[in-house]
Amino acid sequence: MADARVRPLIELAKWRTREFLRQPEAMFWVFAFPILLAFALGIAFQNRGAQTVHVVVEQGLNADALVETLIAAGGIEASVLAADEAQNALRTGRVPLVVVPGETLVFRYDSTREESLLARLVTNDALQRAEGRSDVRAVRNLGTSEPGARYIDFLIPGLLGLNIMGTGMWGVGFSIVRTRTQKLLKRFVATPMRKSHFLLGYMLSRLVFLVAEVAALVAFGHFVFGVPVRGSILALSVVSLLGALAFAGIGVLVASRAQTIEGVSGMMNLVMVPMWVLSGVFFSAAAFPDAMQPVIQALPLTALNDALRAVLLDGASLFALTGWLAILALWCVGSFGVALKIFRWS
Amino acid sequence: MSTPAVNCKGLVKRYGDVVAVDGLDLEIRVGECFGLLGPNGAGKTTTVEILQGLLPPDAGSVEVLGMRWENQERSLRERMGTQLQDTQLPDKLSVVEVLTLFRSFYRAGRPVEDVIDMVQLREKRDVWVKNLSGGQRQRLSVACSLVSDPEILFLDEPTTGLDPQSRHQLWRIIGDFRAGGGTILLTTHHMEEAERLCDRVAVIDHGKVIAQGSPRALIESLGAEHVVQFALANGDSIDHATLGSLPGVERVSAVDGRTQLTVMHVHEAVPALMTLLQQRRAELSELTTHHATLEDVFISLTGRHLRDG
Ligand SMILES: Nc1ncnc2c1ncn2[C@@H]1O[C@H](COP(=O)(O)OP(=O)(O)O)[C@@H](O)[C@H]1O
Ligand SMILES: [Mg+2]
Repeated sequence: MADARVRPLIELAKWRTREFLRQPEAMFWVFAFPILLAFALGIAFQNRGAQTVHVVVEQGLNADALVETLIAAGGIEASVLAADEAQNALRTGRVPLVVVPGETLVFRYDSTREESLLARLVTNDALQRAEGRSDVRAVRNLGTSEPGARYIDFLIPGLLGLNIMGTGMWGVGFSIVRTRTQKLLKRFVATPMRKSHFLLGYMLSRLVFLVAEVAALVAFGHFVFGVPVRGSILALSVVSLLGALAFAGIGVLVASRAQTIEGVSGMMNLVMVPMWVLSGVFFSAAAFPDAMQPVIQALPLTALNDALRAVLLDGASLFALTGWLAILALWCVGSFGVALKIFRWS
Repeated sequence: MSTPAVNCKGLVKRYGDVVAVDGLDLEIRVGECFGLLGPNGAGKTTTVEILQGLLPPDAGSVEVLGMRWENQERSLRERMGTQLQDTQLPDKLSVVEVLTLFRSFYRAGRPVEDVIDMVQLREKRDVWVKNLSGGQRQRLSVACSLVSDPEILFLDEPTTGLDPQSRHQLWRIIGDFRAGGGTILLTTHHMEEAERLCDRVAVIDHGKVIAQGSPRALIESLGAEHVVQFALANGDSIDHATLGSLPGVERVSAVDGRTQLTVMHVHEAVPALMTLLQQRRAELSELTTHHATLEDVFISLTGRHLRDG
């Protein structure tokens, strides 16, 4: 039998856990959705072997020979099209480059498109070599496509961070406000229930699902896409736990005064959407200007994502994660502390 | 005299320009069932929430079981039970789960299974709240306040919106609690409920107590036991002075286009009324009589009904 003093806490956590388990749509958003998203993005950005360049040769003298030469060079797909069709394909972006045969070869392309510039380089290179140009400096090509350096490897830890943020914020913030609008909160306050137990109950039930949530997504990434898990389970657990607590704290803070579901939803989005963009979920946070970096690095989701990547991809030890863990701990303590001060109990 | 269960003086609560509670004094004795009777918006909910330490009053003092909210909140909460108006209990918990949750908040109390029997929800023990009927939900709500085995129970409109059968079931639960020595403060705008359950009632209107006493005494204060109510065809009326001089008529009032006579004996007043109407050649469109109730007390005090319909 649990000690009488923690029984209310346990019962409150059981209440939260049951409500969650009995709500199929919540289960979907927490477990199925991130996996579906990871699957879709994983497929979309899968490495399709070596990349090839598509080129069109305009109909004309020796057009077929040009096509053969290009195909023989490897890495290039080429075909012949009538002049107007070729022009059309270029204009609509279906091909990056059109080669017009003749004494002087003409390359038609859009010089503002990266893909076109690449196609021009590759095509020019292939044709010049075929005519006998040789390289003056020896090089050796080493392509990287091993696990740990692909897009999916970048993506999975980002989605994990995103999911920990989303479930923490919604799971805690949203349901606190619902309890308030249903006057259930007031009903609880009329009992000797400790206010800290009420909030800790939410935190505790979050942790129950956190384990399942993290395990599901990491296992999915690992077994379906071969995303590495190089760090220790302990490090992964500590990072996830601190991340979840930080976002649960922010969830409580956002919910601390909101009187309506609409109000809290708006605030949640206000807090979360900037982090989706800034915190390196789908693309690296390094893409933003240096001036913004101090702010971006201080965001809890950035710290969580960086720490998760360090653990999963680089096998970082707990010690190496101290900086990120400190940021998460500060967010947790700070938001929870402020929330307790300003919380509206009715 | 022993310490009253509830003692409040000069309670005031304002919401902007609205004065919800306007200088209210109450003294509730240990072991009695006390009713706050008043129409919607009278300030009943505001008053009981202040008494339960859920709302700070703008002025006035509150003592419950001889203790004050400022310094003895926890021990007070251990000893009281509450049922608030409009609380929605967790939809997807079963009856026993909800009660176990509430029970865990209290150091001492009754076993959950006993409470389930007390409120007759044995068959619904494992049913989710959202699948309960309105009456069952309300019984569960009261049950949540019984798990602590409280000394005093605050019930805010416990039977509003319930069908007669569910209402009677709740009355029985409240009666049992009272019989076990508990003190009850309940609010209602249902006069029969107040008459049936309450030892004493305070009639409140616009945040003030306008009459107080046992239902019996309040009805007797009308000076007569029966009410004759009539209306005339074509919207005719007869001056109140003439009606007041009919034999046995204690009081005349007009409500909603009808005239109401409070009388000692129906068998004297009605024939006299008929004679009068005949002399005036007035035609009746309606005539009813009933035993005087708290509703009639309210009407005679305010000229309004307690509730519509
Ligand atoms: N939170 C509030 N904000 C503004 N006005 C309120 C609030 N609560 C109650 N009131 C007003 O105070 C008056 C008394 O309300 P209430 O105590 O709920 O009455 P009752 O319970 O008798 O129906 C009403 O006029 C109501 O509109
Ligand atoms: Mg009310």
